[in-house]
Amino acid sequence: MLALEGLRLEQGAFALKADLTVATGAIVALIGPSGAGKSTLLAAIAGFLKPVAGRVLWDGVDLGGLAPGERPVAMLFQEGNLFPHLSVAENIGLALTPRLRLSEAERARVAEVLGRVGLDGLGDRLPGDLSGGQQSRAALARVLLQDRPLVLLDEPFAALGPGLRDEMLALTAEVLGGAGRTLLLVSHEPREAARIAGETIFVAGGRAEAPAPTEALLADPPPALREYLGG
Amino acid sequence: MSLRAPGLTAAAFILVLLFGTLAAVALRAEPGAGLAPADWAALRFTVSQALVSAGLSVALAVPVARALARRSFPGRGLLVTLLGAPFLLPVIVAIVGLLAVFGRNGLLSLVLGWVGLPPVQIYGFHGVVLAHVFFNLPLATRMILQGWLSIPAERFRLAASLGAPIGAILERPMLRQAVPGAFLVIFLICLTSFAVALTLGGGPRATTVELAIYQALRFEFDLGHAARLGLVQVALTAVAAALVWRIAVPDAMGAGLDRVVPRWDGSRGVDAAWIGLAALFLLVPLGAIGVRGAAGLADVPASIWPAALRSVSVALVSTALTMALALALVLRGGRLAFFAGVLPLAASALVVGTGLFIVVRPFVNPTVLALPVTALVNALLALPFAVRVLAPAHERAEAGFGRLADSLALTGTARLRLVLLPRMRRALGFGAGLAAALSMGDLGVIALFAGTGGETLPLAMFRLMGSYRMAAAAGTGLILVALSLALFWAFDRGGRVDARA
Amino acid sequence: MQKTTLPVAGLLIASATLAAAETPGLTIYTYDSFVPDWGPGPAIAAGFEESCGCEVEFVAAGDGASLLSRLLLEGPQSEADIVVGLDTNLIARARESGLIAPHGVEADFDLPIAWDDPDFLPYDWGYFAFVADAGTEAPADFQALAESDLSVVIQDPRSSTPGLGLLMWVKAAHGADAPAIWEGLADNILTVTPGWSEAYGLFLEGEADAVLSYTTSPAYHLIAEEDASKVAWAFDEGHYMQVEVAAMVAGTDTPDLARDFLAYLVSDPAQSVLPTTNWMYPAVTPEAGLPEGFETLIAPERALLFSAEEALSIRDAALEEWRTALSQ
Repeated sequence: MLALEGLRLEQGAFALKADLTVATGAIVALIGPSGAGKSTLLAAIAGFLKPVAGRVLWDGVDLGGLAPGERPVAMLFQEGNLFPHLSVAENIGLALTPRLRLSEAERARVAEVLGRVGLDGLGDRLPGDLSGGQQSRAALARVLLQDRPLVLLDEPFAALGPGLRDEMLALTAEVLGGAGRTLLLVSHEPREAARIAGETIFVAGGRAEAPAPTEALLADPPPALREYLGG
Repeated sequence: MSLRAPGLTAAAFILVLLFGTLAAVALRAEPGAGLAPADWAALRFTVSQALVSAGLSVALAVPVARALARRSFPGRGLLVTLLGAPFLLPVIVAIVGLLAVFGRNGLLSLVLGWVGLPPVQIYGFHGVVLAHVFFNLPLATRMILQGWLSIPAERFRLAASLGAPIGAILERPMLRQAVPGAFLVIFLICLTSFAVALTLGGGPRATTVELAIYQALRFEFDLGHAARLGLVQVALTAVAAALVWRIAVPDAMGAGLDRVVPRWDGSRGVDAAWIGLAALFLLVPLGAIGVRGAAGLADVPASIWPAALRSVSVALVSTALTMALALALVLRGGRLAFFAGVLPLAASALVVGTGLFIVVRPFVNPTVLALPVTALVNALLALPFAVRVLAPAHERAEAGFGRLADSLALTGTARLRLVLLPRMRRALGFGAGLAAALSMGDLGVIALFAGTGGETLPLAMFRLMGSYRMAAAAGTGLILVALSLALFWAFDRGGRVDARA
Repeated sequence: MQKTTLPVAGLLIASATLAAAETPGLTIYTYDSFVPDWGPGPAIAAGFEESCGCEVEFVAAGDGASLLSRLLLEGPQSEADIVVGLDTNLIARARESGLIAPHGVEADFDLPIAWDDPDFLPYDWGYFAFVADAGTEAPADFQALAESDLSVVIQDPRSSTPGLGLLMWVKAAHGADAPAIWEGLADNILTVTPGWSEAYGLFLEGEADAVLSYTTSPAYHLIAEEDASKVAWAFDEGHYMQVEVAAMVAGTDTPDLARDFLAYLVSDPAQSVLPTTNWMYPAVTPEAGLPEGFETLIAPERALLFSAEEALSIRDAALEEWRTALSQ
């Protein structure tokens, strides 16, 4: 279980409070106006931003002292999820080891996740030689191989077309969902996110609300959300 | 191991070398204090010519760099490489090239003569500025061009499609980032200028602080006076660097994939004119050096070749040292690293060399150390350039891929090897090329330590000139220039070819 | 580098120790242009080594001034047994240091002036002069040069030996009127270079009508390049001399060998080498006379020279006059 206890984040004049829990295995969307602090919240959970007050706990353990790479967290960013100078297979292999030379067993695992995301045989390509959708799949494959219990997605598919975005969200839910993984995903398109996220955290006005069932929330939004959704 | 740790050692090493040698010179001095009126006059001249030279170099470099950034044409790569040449020329060779164009018998005077005008007068304040612009315009252009190339191509595409003012939204912020640094570097280079100011300055008005140091060490043998002047130079540099430290804003450009895309703004004609003028200004003197040098090649004595080999070895060692120190400083970042990376610009090679001489003399015969010491001092003098080139590249690499590396727990040497070095590759190549070529051309301190053999190529050239053998010296100068450029090209190219994505 | 230098350094040390064990070594500090293949060094060293049963090692340390700096920096522990290449402007400072010992060598000098310095032994000399193309109309003295439209390149007296020589020349010829002469020359002086090489280079490029050099410079062009187009201007007020001297370092561990070398330096074989390698007049004219071509050089009627001590005492004031006059 992810718990944000009395969390207070500040970046210049911007401030955000969060006091909530997310159940293990849940897929939760973060929605809210631009600049409300959705990415900031993910950055704090991932360990890129030090809270001014409060704690981030995973299964009761305070993550405060841990560097990003030591947290039980995998993350996909808005851009730059692959190193352009490394091949797709090398990029994915970094989930296992910082050595580029992989063992036989490790290579097999890379090949397996490549297969899971539909990139069979493209491991030797450079990211720049892949289409946008393929790059997203490669990034997804790496997160899959990282095998962390908590996955944060900061709009990694925003640059894709709507059709492709839907497809990637479905693939994300398919490969990452289940197996007890908890997913937090930021979205600008609440209805799109609703398709895979059972619960939704609404971030606005300097506050992240506790997760609420997505269907119910969208069907009968509170005033602030109603304003954001535009009726 | 933390990547920031070696930076502290590197900074300490540099500062000890700088101030230790200064102290060694000062400690050998008889007591004395203060600066003479002539020293103040020298200080005023030094600062004013450096301000004008740096201002002009940077102001002219902006349109040239923009033109080069947005136009592709056959030979552009070669031109960019050749633009690096003047900066890397030994001063005395460069002056000969400039005179072939701007001198009494130069091309310009010839053309003026056809229309009945008197020949150009190159000697004086403007001559000093002209030579400094010749040396430093290409450097400024390269530094600012680097800034332009750091703006992701997608942003230009976006701006073009939106009809947005590229100057205001993309270029001005980049320039605010790149120009103060370029200005500082060139200002400081001109601050320690010696031979240019003296040769083209036209008289004792054009006395620089570096010349006063030379005089104090060589003719007065007044070590205290030399140390005081050396300190003045370091203080000037520190003040200038502190100003820039406050002005410079952090790189907020982010990273994109480094593809080149065409631009849709600006006038083709204006850009062509800027590129053409800059190329003429820089390449015609280079051509003259080539022509004169080629004529003297037959007179070049065979003893030049061992000297060339020594120079190349010294340059390679010096480059390795420069890059290791520069990388350590850049990875550390912060104020200490910034100042350690800038202050060597103020180092008087003569003071550092004399200080080292005093320090090592009781233990070893300095003659044995001539080449290692030359490599060390050359590395120190080239360091600021390497740091200026690496720092922005490091910032971009961290801005673009730092979080991804963090989230993959890539720290220490793995981060350096897998993320930072590959992302900084182009800058590493360029920086190493600069360091190598600078080390080739630098007379530095070798004269103080030199013994019977062991002469480097610039020293060999200087010795030829000292024996009336101007043609052989010109030929040697051409070999020196060719080797410097070849080293620069090899490193710079190494940073670019096969740079995957 | 690590790989190449260390063995080289090791070799140097090894060969030095070997030489010390078998044959005595003689370390001579000199200026750069003395040591190359085309300079006087190799021939003189070879000639001396024939008879001395020793090995001569030259250490080239820039020009005369850097040579002295290096000796002063090293102090009593210097490796040098002998210095070759100081001139009259540097003698006082060198003597003051106490690092020089009397040489005791006798020679019959053919110098235009009397020489009886016990510490410093002249080996060649020359007159400073402006060198120009033969076709250029030659002024008769400094006054005439100042009144003409001719342009000249000179060297900075603060960094160059000939530059300092010119400063002394004007002072020796015109005394209290020296500032006026410099003011008159200001518009003739195209530029002031750090050293002789830069100035001579500018002149050969055609930047100026004349350059400050030596009366013997045309001999180089005539003999080495078969080019008779360069001449030196003879000035009526006389020409200032440069006398190049050698000396024995007090701390030498082979004083006898050092004296032998100094004696060889002013002997006929060594003196015959100097005119066409150092392009100066030998201190003792060789029995065979001067090389063909030297007879074409101008022979100044008056030789000017301050004593070493005088030169040192007037230098700072003369420098200030020069600076003031040319800074206006």
